[in-house]
Amino acid sequence: MAEDKFDAIVVGAGPAGSACAYTLAKQGKNVLLLERGNAAGNKNVSGGRLYTYALELLEPGMYKRAPLQRKIIREQIMLLNERGATTVDYFNPGFGEEVPQSYSVVRAELDEWFAGEVESHGATVASGVLVDELIEENGKIVGIRSGDDEMRADIVVAADGVNSLLGQKAGLFPDVTAHAVGLGVKETIELPDSLISARFGVKDDEGAARVAIGCTDGISGGAFLYTNKGSVSIGIVFNLVQAAKQKRQVQDIFQDFKMHPAIQPLIEGGTSVEYGAHLVPELGYSGIPKRLHREGFLVVGDAAQFGINTGLIIRGMDLAIVSGLAAAQAILKSTKPSETGELYTKQLEALLLTANERAYENFHNIFEISRIFNAYPKLANEAMQFLFTVDGKVPKPMLKGLLGVLRKNATFGQLAADGWKAYRSL
Amino acid sequence: MSIKKLGPEELLALDKFSVDEGHPHILVDKSICATCTAQVCLVVCPARCYRLKDDAVNFEYAGCLECGTCRVMCTGKGVTSWNYPRATFGVTFRCS
Repeated sequence: MAEDKFDAIVVGAGPAGSACAYTLAKQGKNVLLLERGNAAGNKNVSGGRLYTYALELLEPGMYKRAPLQRKIIREQIMLLNERGATTVDYFNPGFGEEVPQSYSVVRAELDEWFAGEVESHGATVASGVLVDELIEENGKIVGIRSGDDEMRADIVVAADGVNSLLGQKAGLFPDVTAHAVGLGVKETIELPDSLISARFGVKDDEGAARVAIGCTDGISGGAFLYTNKGSVSIGIVFNLVQAAKQKRQVQDIFQDFKMHPAIQPLIEGGTSVEYGAHLVPELGYSGIPKRLHREGFLVVGDAAQFGINTGLIIRGMDLAIVSGLAAAQAILKSTKPSETGELYTKQLEALLLTANERAYENFHNIFEISRIFNAYPKLANEAMQFLFTVDGKVPKPMLKGLLGVLRKNATFGQLAADGWKAYRSL
Repeated sequence: MSIKKLGPEELLALDKFSVDEGHPHILVDKSICATCTAQVCLVVCPARCYRLKDDAVNFEYAGCLECGTCRVMCTGKGVTSWNYPRATFGVTFRCS
């Protein structure tokens, strides 16, 4: 086949790849965006919620065109024990005003739309193309190989996701390790909008995002629940190292969470329509490879392990978009190929991605406190049970009762140690 | 429809797959798996592609969700090669 030469080849039409290709194409660059799925989004799974600022950074007002689901104005934290649940529910309509802070998203829709936007600016978008190899000449990456086809470009941008086989093939970093990623599993459940709005206490264009702990059999990790238009996304992210040390299949733990007496009524009457799984970068700043570029090659998005997870805030897609934009800006600014990589690093800093990652640098250490995922949710529920129980018997004095619940679930030594660890992580 | 606990086959039946017959994208060496004592794949594969059959680890690539967990977690090195399925094959997510 005849060789094609592009200004840039972007591999992977997720948010990172599309943001990069979009920016380049808009500036008149000859861009090829490749996607291994039959359509963009076909291979992608996320929670998912998108923080809107990233799309605003790419192009003000762009979010209005995007197929976003519900604007999230209710943030909920659920602590579960076997049958009970203690929920913190934070309602803030301000999160939905002006440019709403975040939206729930369905990736099949979002990614396909995004790739369409890229195409509308004149880029070539080719779906159903798996990139097998990088072409290297004189120590530089000069293109890609897919089957018998070779395609060449001044620069190849790897937006090939958390497993980034291309980044490994470029020799930039080794394969991800078990402690660096979490495993997310998810079921999408169709449910009429009227039921979703009523059950989550929102209007039809508004939504809730819920995280839950105490539902992972003690494995470090947590569950999530997002309200979409006409569906609810429900899932769990597991720490893989700990999941591997116990005997229950992760699928079973997830299905038990779905059937928890406090969860099941939220989705009752719904129809399960899809089951997916995906790895999630877990370490934040310390998980980002030291090298994200070499001549002719940049790594963006999940492939660069960009992620922030505080347990309450889970960010990936926004960082993907910002990094894709940073890569595009670096390519546009660059006057010679050898300086593009350094410019990319500078743009990641200029767009505050690096500072955002650094702000939570030690945060993942908090998830090593095992009692967060079992003893403390139990403690919360047992304390609630004590506070709300009325059975005609003489109640224990308040302080004595609460101390009893506390001692049953953790010693003061453990509390002090965990408190210190949490303090050090924050 | 009522919500119920779904088994592995029921969960995978929700998804759309196009199986590349005769071309597994992940290669597993069962003789290595036979000597592996950890066998964490049985617990962590979210699609349950790895299961015990006659006390031996059996791998079925047809229902693979392409997440990469087995590649990352295989401590015994029984997963000898891991790739994405050839273009147009594998799972297609439509509403995730």
